[in-house]
Amino acid sequence: MSEETTGADSAAAELRRRTQELLAAHPPLETDQLDFLKARFDAGLAWVHYPEGLGGLGAPRALQAVVDAELESAGAPDNDPRRIGIGLGMAAPTVLRFGTEEQKQRFLRPLWVGEEVWCQLFSEPGAGSDLAALGTRAVREGDEWVVNGQKVWTSSAHLARWAILIARTDPDVPKHAGITYFICDMTDPGVEVRPLRQITGEAEFNEVFLTNVRIPDAHRLGEIGDGWRVAQTTLMNERVSIGGMRIPREGGMIGPISQTWRERPELRTHDLHQRLLKLWVEAEVARLSGERLRQQLVAGQPGHEGSGMKLAFARLNQEISGLEVELRGEEGLLYDDWTMRRPELVDFTGRDAGYRYLRSKGNSIEGGTSEVLLNIVAERVLGLPAEPRTDKNVAWKDLSR
Amino acid sequence: MTDLLYSEEEEALRAAVRDLLTDHCDAASVIVRTESDAPHDLSLWKSLADGMGLAGLLVPEAQGGQGATHREVAVVLEELGRAVAPVPYLTSAVVATEALLACDADDLLAELASGRKIGVLAVSLGVAPGGAHKVVRQENGSLYGELTGIADAAAADVLLVPGEDGGLYAVDAGAVTVVPQVSLDLTRPLARVVFDGAAGRRIGDVEPAVRRALRAGAGLLASEQLGLADWTLTETVRYLKERKQFNRPVGGFQALKHRLAQLWLEVVSLRAAARNAADALTTGDDTDVAVAVAQAYAASVAVHAAEEAVQLHGGIGMTWEHPAHLYLKRAKADSIAYGTAGAHREALAELVDLSAP
Repeated sequence: MSEETTGADSAAAELRRRTQELLAAHPPLETDQLDFLKARFDAGLAWVHYPEGLGGLGAPRALQAVVDAELESAGAPDNDPRRIGIGLGMAAPTVLRFGTEEQKQRFLRPLWVGEEVWCQLFSEPGAGSDLAALGTRAVREGDEWVVNGQKVWTSSAHLARWAILIARTDPDVPKHAGITYFICDMTDPGVEVRPLRQITGEAEFNEVFLTNVRIPDAHRLGEIGDGWRVAQTTLMNERVSIGGMRIPREGGMIGPISQTWRERPELRTHDLHQRLLKLWVEAEVARLSGERLRQQLVAGQPGHEGSGMKLAFARLNQEISGLEVELRGEEGLLYDDWTMRRPELVDFTGRDAGYRYLRSKGNSIEGGTSEVLLNIVAERVLGLPAEPRTDKNVAWKDLSR
Repeated sequence: MTDLLYSEEEEALRAAVRDLLTDHCDAASVIVRTESDAPHDLSLWKSLADGMGLAGLLVPEAQGGQGATHREVAVVLEELGRAVAPVPYLTSAVVATEALLACDADDLLAELASGRKIGVLAVSLGVAPGGAHKVVRQENGSLYGELTGIADAAAADVLLVPGEDGGLYAVDAGAVTVVPQVSLDLTRPLARVVFDGAAGRRIGDVEPAVRRALRAGAGLLASEQLGLADWTLTETVRYLKERKQFNRPVGGFQALKHRLAQLWLEVVSLRAAARNAADALTTGDDTDVAVAVAQAYAASVAVHAAEEAVQLHGGIGMTWEHPAHLYLKRAKADSIAYGTAGAHREALAELVDLSAP
């Protein structure tokens, strides 16, 4: 125990020393932000758990906090994890695990510093929860693949330089077996991005139409036909990032409604009070569960709680924001703004209660519907029998759709 | 920072307690015992207290205890909850012990810590921390009156009795009349205690002792509720994998899978809330909020888990032979013990500045 502690302490000290070296060589106040981020990447201090030469040092993931704290206190610029969230959370771990050396060298640095934004071309109009049923086709022509199809719910597509894409390369085998994973160039002339307006009035997502998009075989990730397995890495990392956030008390949706309650005594009723207190307790318990999950991850004991956290937050966000619309009474009959916008970032709590109410309806759909997540918990955590499968040994082209 | 995980030592303690309970506290014998005149399992109590020294976990070593913390006690209570063990652990080793820690009665504290004596705080089980409770009156140094709803009084050697003068009195169980009440929870029975001129020794002031005792009781009860809920979920899942209807395991039907997955989520959440309360009682940080949050949440989970166990076992769940009813009765009684969820939400409204209209 004490030896391990000493080991971790000396690793932390070494990271602190390297961070100070970086700061000395590139004084943050005199260095261009992008140049600083590139230098940080090259020093292995971007994501310390990544390998050397790819922005990391092969150090324990938990030690990133040591670097971040040093940089923050020195006033160093950071990258923008929210703007590049899909790249950081989904594309990067997949490229790292399945990419060739050339792909890792080409893509990870501009991804991390934020020069290149990524989006994700997975879901289709006919393939949502049943993602493996997707129909976008990729046909090989020499050293290239020709891709045709339609994707949907693509956030950041209008900003993205690259996309992770899954497409069907073999329709004659069962659906999971005929998928291949690609990196798609969003500047290809065959890529058309159309805003998709939602119930909030915003166009946070896009539809993406792919017409004879030519992808070099060098931009394939993993083996031909192995795309489903590759995609599991992407999706697993998505869930971890959803469940692993640290939030302070009243840090989520319960924050704004609690403030409204405190500032507007004229809105209070006994019925609303009972419901608010119940939700406050549930929000606090969900926060503690998220914190416990985070502590498990740091201790190297990942649990299945990530799926559970997403379920809990989706329900709470919907109930709390719904209650707040009611709490506001006559004001709840109004809406702040129906203008169609294409936001770069989605701030769930940045607008009024009506917006939060409508946007939170997506929380139980995006990233896995609550119904599918309940199945996952029941089967993978509790070990209950799987749903009967009628598509198991059927070629994709013979499935009903 | 709040530590919501279990340490290796805590896991080792859990394993030891679970082994003991597996060998000496099976459901069938608990059911038989509840129908006898002696509902408490005093030989199990002796193994836990004498054999393992668990009665003195909260007592500093200098005062004859183990000098452990609420975190370890919480782990013991999780296991006792999993077994609906009929032992006065929560009432004697937690609530009465915490009351004595606020008083000046080191002799009694040491006796409770050793497990040689069982102590019970003579406050009705339903009273929340900070809630109103009954007192007895004194005349010429003797106590007169009647207190009801006193959990585990039938097993007590000594009662800690609130007097109307604001003093807490230690009273020998032989000096009072204990009349068992027919209780919903057969494994933690209640009794009426009649004081007819009983001699009492003043050991301290009621207010700080009772407040401290009930706060610890409420906070750690959440761990018992967690253990109870965890057992009923595990057992129900196990049964639904075996039980077949319509030529399929019943647990393969999506309607039931979703219910069990939902319950799992509640149990996982309760684990975080219960750990947080145990840790807060240990460190003294944010304790009132942590205890109120845990108790405002725990009851609905434990009751829901036990109710699902009864329903999903079908007709078997309604029988006296199957232990599901023991868990339902304990869970429902626990939902009132040391304050209902509503009482704790009311307390929270003040603590976190969300005042009533």
